Amino acid sequence: MAEARSRRTGSHFGVHTVLIAASLVMVAPFVWEAITSLKSLTDATHVPPSPLPGSQWSNYRKVFQLLPFGHQFLNTLLMALGRTLGQVVLCPMAAYAFARLRFPGRGVLFGLFLSVLMVPPQLFIIPQYQIMSDLGWLNSLQALILPGMFSAFGVFLLRQSFLALPKELEEAARLDGAGPLRIYWSVMLPLVRPGLVALGVLALLWSWNDLFWPLVVNTDPDKMTLSAGLASLQGQFQTDYPVLMAGSLLASLPVIVVFAFLQRQFVQGIAHTGVKG
Amino acid sequence: MTITSTPGGTRTEQPPATGGRPGRARRPRRDRVVEALWGYAFIAPIGLGLAVFYLWPVLQTAYFSFTAWGAFGGHTWTGLDNYHRMLHDHEFGQAMVNTLAYTALGLVSIPLAIVFAALLNRPGLRGVGVYRTLFFLPVVTMPVAIAMVWRWLYNGNYGLINYLLSLVGIDGPNWIADPRVALYALVAVGVWSSIGYNLVIFLAGMQAIPKEYYEAAQIDGAGPVRQFFSVTIPLLSPTAFFVSVISVIGSLQLFDLVYVMAGSGDAARANPAFPRLETVVQLFYDRAFVTNDRGYAAAIVMVLLLVIIALTAFQFRMQKRWVHYG
Repeated sequence: MAEARSRRTGSHFGVHTVLIAASLVMVAPFVWEAITSLKSLTDATHVPPSPLPGSQWSNYRKVFQLLPFGHQFLNTLLMALGRTLGQVVLCPMAAYAFARLRFPGRGVLFGLFLSVLMVPPQLFIIPQYQIMSDLGWLNSLQALILPGMFSAFGVFLLRQSFLALPKELEEAARLDGAGPLRIYWSVMLPLVRPGLVALGVLALLWSWNDLFWPLVVNTDPDKMTLSAGLASLQGQFQTDYPVLMAGSLLASLPVIVVFAFLQRQFVQGIAHTGVKG
Repeated sequence: MTITSTPGGTRTEQPPATGGRPGRARRPRRDRVVEALWGYAFIAPIGLGLAVFYLWPVLQTAYFSFTAWGAFGGHTWTGLDNYHRMLHDHEFGQAMVNTLAYTALGLVSIPLAIVFAALLNRPGLRGVGVYRTLFFLPVVTMPVAIAMVWRWLYNGNYGLINYLLSLVGIDGPNWIADPRVALYALVAVGVWSSIGYNLVIFLAGMQAIPKEYYEAAQIDGAGPVRQFFSVTIPLLSPTAFFVSVISVIGSLQLFDLVYVMAGSGDAARANPAFPRLETVVQLFYDRAFVTNDRGYAAAIVMVLLLVIIALTAFQFRMQKRWVHYG
């Protein structure tokens, strides 16, 4: 018995060694990013590099001079919130209908929704751009938000949640005289809250980090998102790495903070996409 | 409560075995009409959005791929010209080769994620949450920011990686500007940033494996390594299949990392390694929104779609060989 336990802790020691080494590889780039962001350009390009951060806090101020960082932060925030709100309102409605209501053509319509999920996004982009251009909405907030509000993925994810709910609840409510809207809003929707939160968190994450669409549709620096704004610095100011590191850190920080608080929902959302049942 | 399915129809619901009221199964016609109307009403808002912004655009892109665009808008039907042009376009060919190579090499992420998930799945291991968080950090971080950091780490003169290599006497290359290593450097970042995502999916898959299998294996005298290969791997193969399908689809669409690490436009083309870094989607971006050659760009993504369909179909055919459904 004692031998078995010592063997187990022994093997765990090995496991921890491997995991700690791997974790260091995962984290080191972020640590180096933070350290560099506080160095002067001279210190940053000094060989051998110093592992100490320095105290060049002005790099963070310079980010705001290089970019309309405040504007871009706000654009990103509004885009992420707008898309997320759209998805958590619209997706469960359709998901509920596909999972729980009967109507002619349900199968065909769901097939169409699924096909959107399978087509690579680049196939939508030229016509989407045309639509925005025709409406005169290039360089606008609604251009950033609009197409991203409609998510076939969200419908698919939540349909699974609705399918898992027992039928009896619905029937009981129906016998009490509740109509479909009432059943949806008061009975079913509250029960899929974990799925809804997972969708919201993923929508927030993907919107915040999205690059291609914002890059294409909003080219005016004041109307850009953070990811497009940062990308626009590349090449132009490629030598001032400490400032770039400060900007990168600031831009990704909000999501990392949200992640720290809502870890379980992130992980659940991801795991949901990958595992049946 | 098991419901025996009636042959060929879903019209009649059988009442549950325990105390269902007979006659409740078929509801009045009016109710069914009302239900159907609500169904359409619930689907309408998102259905319209998807139709306008996604379904119709796919058809339009397919149409555009047979047209040539003028500099000031307007397009003319040119049949298969764009596709012919692609056959002789060296840059497109190279971008496709790069993308396929990136996709194939990126699959390394899967065995690595499985190994780390298995380590995290050991009974009684402490700190699982902390490890999982650290592995997951690159997944939630903005790809543009990640690309910036790695560009800096890869810097040939001041980069941390070459400094660390110099400590052990290796003279590191200028990673992103050296055609021989640039693609591998890119793959490394891709693998690094996707491991956490795959790991979470595999961990969920492993936790769904019934403990009894491991107990039985243990009784038969199998150690942890043997259990991993005889129990975990076969039972995890459906998950691995799913992950490989989404990884391939995702890798074929690689854009963000390269766009930032390799750059775009003339500045990027000055990089001798650029031809080894450019991906299909990056070329698409360039043709569609930089040189305004939208008909050709549409043809490029149509071909990308065909490649995605072909590789996904191939994986589905191959799964009989290695995927075990329990």
